[in-house]
Amino acid sequence: MKVLYFAWLKEKTGIGEEDISLPENVTDIEGLIGFLKNRGGGFEKAFSDTSLVRVALNMEHVQVSAAIKDSDEIAFFPPVTGG
Amino acid sequence: MIQVQAEDFDIGQELKKISSGNDGIGGVCSFIGLVRDFSGQQGEDKKISSMTLEHYPGMTEKQLAKIEDAARQRWELSEVTIIHRIGRLAPGDQIVLVMVAAVHRNAAFDGASFIMDFLKTQAPFWKKEETGSGVKWVEEKSSDVGSAQRWEKK
Repeated sequence: MKVLYFAWLKEKTGIGEEDISLPENVTDIEGLIGFLKNRGGGFEKAFSDTSLVRVALNMEHVQVSAAIKDSDEIAFFPPVTGG
Repeated sequence: MIQVQAEDFDIGQELKKISSGNDGIGGVCSFIGLVRDFSGQQGEDKKISSMTLEHYPGMTEKQLAKIEDAARQRWELSEVTIIHRIGRLAPGDQIVLVMVAAVHRNAAFDGASFIMDFLKTQAPFWKKEETGSGVKWVEEKSSDVGSAQRWEKK
């Protein structure tokens, strides 16, 4: 699974993109956030307040309850501020 | 036409691209967003020295295309041009262009406004401001969310 981080989530985690194997017990984005947070350090900081985090699944905005599979592309970022 | 680019744009040229040889167009409405020289944040020095725009390549184009499609379903639009700049910009720089051509003016006005409102809330761009007090990611404005929501009521 490809996981991407943008804006301050990229700064806090220290990476823009990574490939991970989805753990068996993780079936939705909320579960993935928990898994990433468990790594500690910058990941724990990045996801310390998930009300500030938005998620895209295969380039579409979704809620954290969205189901995921190993072939998906997930992106984490703050609320958008373009224009 | 949807374009994400570091380079500046020229609205005269963009107007020519969509209007030349297209005599069915009755009017064109353009919105040009500029980089302001002040930040909305609380702090001692709010003067912006530069702004850097990051985006999610692929998703940006996908979301902008969806917004254009939604506008075209709602109004009869002849041409739509959306250009958004990325990278480092200075106060006064052009940042975004939404240009909508239609047979009738109301479709052009409403279409441009609709596209801009959803661009603000759906297109994955992020602004980082540099002021005298440091560097800060710009936060979401609730007024922008409200602007997009007003189209749902109609």
